[in-house]
Amino acid sequence: MSGIAMPQPDIRILERAPQIVASLQEALPLDTVIFDPEETRAYECDALTAYRCAPLAVVLPRSTEEVAAVMRVCADMGVPVVPRGAGTSLAGGALPTADCVVIGTARLRDVLEIDTDNRFIRVQTGVTNLSVSEMLEPHGFFYAPDPSSQLACTIAGNIAMNSGGAHCLKYGVTTNNLMGATVVLTTGEIVELGGPELGPSGLDLLGLLCGSEGQLGIVTEAVLRIVPRPEGARPVLIGFDGAEVAGECVARIIRSGVLPVAIEYMDEPCLRAVEDFAHAGYPDCAAVLIVEVEGSPDEIADQIARIRDIAAALDPVEFRESRNADDALAIWKGRKSAFGAMGRLGDYICLDGTVPVGQLPYTLRRIGELSKQHGLEVANVFHAGDGNMHPLILFNANEPGQLERAEAFGADILRLCVEVGGCLTGEHGVGVEKRDLMGAQYDAVDLAVQMEVKDVFDPAWLLNPAKVFPLEASAAHRLKVAE
Amino acid sequence: MSTDAISRTAHAPGSEAELAEIVAGHFTTGQSLRVAGGGTRVQTGHVAGELLTTRAVSGVVAYEPGEMTLIARTGTPLHEVEAMLASEGQALAFEPPDLRRVLGGDGTPTIGGMVAANASGPRRIMAGACRDHLLGVRFVDGQGRILKNGGRVMKNVTGLDLSKLLCGSFGTLGVLTEVAMKTLPQAQARATLAFPGVDEAAALRIFSSALATPFEISGAAFHDGIAWLRIEGLPPQLAYRQKRLQDLFSGREIEILDADATVRLWRDLRDVTHFAGTEAPLWRVLVKPSDAPAIAAALRGLGGQVSLDWGGGLIWYCGPGEAGAVRDIAPHAVLVRRGEVEGPVFPRQSAPVERLSEGLRRKFDPAGILNPGLMEG
Repeated sequence: MSGIAMPQPDIRILERAPQIVASLQEALPLDTVIFDPEETRAYECDALTAYRCAPLAVVLPRSTEEVAAVMRVCADMGVPVVPRGAGTSLAGGALPTADCVVIGTARLRDVLEIDTDNRFIRVQTGVTNLSVSEMLEPHGFFYAPDPSSQLACTIAGNIAMNSGGAHCLKYGVTTNNLMGATVVLTTGEIVELGGPELGPSGLDLLGLLCGSEGQLGIVTEAVLRIVPRPEGARPVLIGFDGAEVAGECVARIIRSGVLPVAIEYMDEPCLRAVEDFAHAGYPDCAAVLIVEVEGSPDEIADQIARIRDIAAALDPVEFRESRNADDALAIWKGRKSAFGAMGRLGDYICLDGTVPVGQLPYTLRRIGELSKQHGLEVANVFHAGDGNMHPLILFNANEPGQLERAEAFGADILRLCVEVGGCLTGEHGVGVEKRDLMGAQYDAVDLAVQMEVKDVFDPAWLLNPAKVFPLEASAAHRLKVAE
Repeated sequence: MSTDAISRTAHAPGSEAELAEIVAGHFTTGQSLRVAGGGTRVQTGHVAGELLTTRAVSGVVAYEPGEMTLIARTGTPLHEVEAMLASEGQALAFEPPDLRRVLGGDGTPTIGGMVAANASGPRRIMAGACRDHLLGVRFVDGQGRILKNGGRVMKNVTGLDLSKLLCGSFGTLGVLTEVAMKTLPQAQARATLAFPGVDEAAALRIFSSALATPFEISGAAFHDGIAWLRIEGLPPQLAYRQKRLQDLFSGREIEILDADATVRLWRDLRDVTHFAGTEAPLWRVLVKPSDAPAIAAALRGLGGQVSLDWGGGLIWYCGPGEAGAVRDIAPHAVLVRRGEVEGPVFPRQSAPVERLSEGLRRKFDPAGILNPGLMEG
């Protein structure tokens, strides 16, 4: 274990573990409750694997009513609840504590309604992100947010973290595509927020809920906005011999009136790793942009011509167009394998800060300097159009002290992101990973008001209680409960 | 809720600090405040308290076209912001309406009022609402605390999203002092397909077909027997999209409106000018689009007229129907222009939503001094 502390489990809850399990079994079908330590261990961590702790029990409900029944038992007995989608959080959002019950969405897998006339789909939230788009394909629609874990990650987790993806430059992130939610509150009450209508007629509680990291309620069903599939899409690859000029190209494309669906950026260390691993045939240069545009063949050609003119004025090392689907796949191949390629080089931490697009060159230069200072390598691959960076810090987990050094380096990068006008996390969430850095972005009073909002929804602080807010800052709220 | 009489006293602080001081003072005395920007979006004549306007907390803090970001103090006139963006070929994509023609009054719409009302025009069906383009806020809560949330970047999931909560809260949770908005390139070409001689049901069939195409329909509205579809894009895109849609609706009579006519038409539809020049009550109703024809017919049954926007998802009802009768048909109806109608502006929410909303109001405004009662149904 390393730098991030979790509160000591409540001994009074641990002592009552058998009664808690018995109450859950009484309230739910037998196969819903898992408490054998051999089995609960499967839930001990999410994708932030450096931190692990098996929960007291895991429940896998099949319906909103069953989730409500679990919540009522946990509220009655004062047991913390950690909601979990597919467990793909990179921020430790689903990290359990020993005294908690994990509510998993694994069996909430039904598609309830596809309505193309009103352009929405209603699902149980345990469905995976990719399966939603696959189900919509025969109807000519898709669901726009596409986090890179979309094969595994669930809509529940997407809503909890307000997930983004490569294509959100045009289509927005989860909150822009979420129309309604069925939410179980800590009281066990079931609330409908939003729906097929385009907006609330009161306060925007749905907007507050989305991205709240399981702090306010558990979303069991969702109404998602669906978008007609574009006629086609094609990427171009642009190589530059400097980060600054690549950054300038991004800003000029955005100003030009062409709105690509994605602008991805890879720097030299990343390009080298990708070349060794995927042999994507990328140019040997300081920075590569992949820019994707959509439309009919003529529309695509027109937009690519505009991008070519913009790039040409900046003297690129290479401008590579895709003429067919194979070319397009080849261009995306390296980007899509980037994380795998980096994984071959050793262990890494994937960061997620966002900076104003104009600050990208300066931020990249400073990250390079910090890399020398900390003595650890870093590679950059990210969504450049919206400034959402993903620096990957390479380290060796088997060498004592390296994880701590990598975490310290990461914290410096995130503070840098805030300094230049950005934020700690663009799409991964705070979880436990960035919890203790929140003070870099928000004053005590800004955090206090957020915790007061949690008090309204979850007065006993039972939902995901040691996440998002620095432990010291949240202590008064959490301990009030323990007493 | 405060019961002091409606006062003519007006506070127009010139800075966030000064504004916070005024609110803190009122928090201590319990004297309520009628919070407004330019006072052009919601009728608050029935709200008790001294007027607190943000119109002097004004000025653009930063505009970075290459980052698609604008930061402005909330009293900044909206037309100044729009002119500044237009000079760089950009705009607020959600097309905020100007309701002065329907509401009267001599106020100037502000960017803060736009956010407080989550004001979104016809392009909402394609581009999202005001709240989808809001990147961050600074505001003063009911205790006079100066708070911030969000930031100035496109992607930000750091902590709870209070910006969304403040957007559309009509000054009941806090007084906005600064907002950061996402800006987008303006369309370079535009046109409108007009379908004359249709009723609401036919209009909905047109909307559903068109909005299922990838041609990025940026407006779908209906009034007085005509349905309209707006298309936009780069010039070659526009020609292509127009052709494809004409093919799709080859069995129907279609009239094409050029760019200038398109700009005029959608500005009028955005501002609901067809229901201006009368004192009759005006209601705004959000519905599932396919329910629109039946609800529109029922509302018309109370007397008066309806129009549709947002592909049928937004019904404007202008007519003499009593509040109870309107809300029997459309439980979520919001009263935009009061006329002779009695009762609250906003509808009652479900019991748990009411309880959560009330809980939030108590946290943000414990003394109940900010636009008291305005959003209670």
